[in-house]
Amino acid sequence: MSKHHISTIVNGEPTEFLCEPQLTLLDVLRDELHLTGSKEGCSSGDCGACSVTIDGRLVCSCLMLAVEAEGHKIETIEGMARGHDLHPLQRKFLEHAALQCGFCTPGLLVAAKALLDRNPNPTETEARYWLAGNLCRCTGYDKVIRAVLDAAAELRAQRV
Amino acid sequence: MLNYTAPSTVEEAIRILAEAPGTARVLSGGTDLLVQLRSGRVKPGLIVDIKRIPGISGIREVNGGFVIGASTPGAVIGECEALRRAWPGLVEAANLIGSTQVQGRASLAGNLCNASPAADSVPALIAARATCVVAGPKGRREVPVESIATGPGRTSLSPGEFIVEFYLPKRPPRSADAYIRFIPRTEMDIAVVGAAVSLTLDANGACADAQVVLGAVAPTAIIVPEAAAALVGRKLDETALARLDQAARLACKPIEDKRGTIEYRTKVAGVLARRTATIAYERAGERR
Repeated sequence: MSKHHISTIVNGEPTEFLCEPQLTLLDVLRDELHLTGSKEGCSSGDCGACSVTIDGRLVCSCLMLAVEAEGHKIETIEGMARGHDLHPLQRKFLEHAALQCGFCTPGLLVAAKALLDRNPNPTETEARYWLAGNLCRCTGYDKVIRAVLDAAAELRAQRV
Repeated sequence: MLNYTAPSTVEEAIRILAEAPGTARVLSGGTDLLVQLRSGRVKPGLIVDIKRIPGISGIREVNGGFVIGASTPGAVIGECEALRRAWPGLVEAANLIGSTQVQGRASLAGNLCNASPAADSVPALIAARATCVVAGPKGRREVPVESIATGPGRTSLSPGEFIVEFYLPKRPPRSADAYIRFIPRTEMDIAVVGAAVSLTLDANGACADAQVVLGAVAPTAIIVPEAAAALVGRKLDETALARLDQAARLACKPIEDKRGTIEYRTKVAGVLARRTATIAYERAGERR
């Protein structure tokens, strides 16, 4: 089985890797690039724990082959904080205690950022529908939604 | 052993598929294919990723109609204002497939060729009288969308053939479509029943043309000419709706499973046909 040489940009850094064609992007992110923030929940695109963006578009990294990433820009949870400065979404998740076990949190944060990048002022309904593909089995979503809307308000205030 | 290739032209893809030893699978958004690879339900020797072919993803207006590339993700379809204005029902159907994440990749061609009887975009495409261009070793052919799926998981495509693009015809004035599915929750589920209706009204507000298509109540999405006939020549009065409801129920040949009994699916098909026709009628009426 021949390995493919893939060139990408991961969290702003030019990144190359070798991979076998059957590996998913999630497999390579975790096992090859050691970016273990993206989680494997279901491997079938139902839970959203492996959410990343490809050229700004939110996808499940378990539903994409790593070889497909050639030439594309990938953003993962590891690219969200600026050094020690947490992204407002990350801070608000802490302030609102919007997590318990934390397994779904990276996916929720990446998905929520993709929402706010497109729509800085989502309604609660819009946020709930956008995040419907991110399953959390601990918190029940209410605190997650409050944290996202609170972060959106803070980001809007910063822009003014 | 699995190999992967990403050709940059339709002709190259056709040649690779024709020469591929064993089973080759065409990869578009992969939201069904990767799940099937993982479960071992399909074991191809070669994955042919068509997304590097220029024009295979994207939407363009041609002669007042729309060409939608086979691999265009649902999210891109939902962001196309002109398409939403002309074909709101098709766009709402395409956008019902899976989550935001799935929308980032899932395509119309994948939804059609996966050939699930419950595929959301398929009834809407058929109601729109959409056609698709199929490319293969014998050249290209343009066929109606309803000719592709032949049963659950089965298509009429010959080995080496794949869909390149869809064509949605130009809309006459006072035309609109709608799609509704029933699921037991609000998001992220598979249709128990789906109903698509496309209508054109005459100057007096009566239906001049109608196409009614049901999903998830037969081995494939089904066109129900008797349901369309119940609407043509009439405004959407109770008599027309009652006939539509009855015709939709009579056309159902559903399975019985955990999502619903035969009796339940049949009843819901009539109700959804009414509701979908009402939405399409209101939308068409706003386009004078």
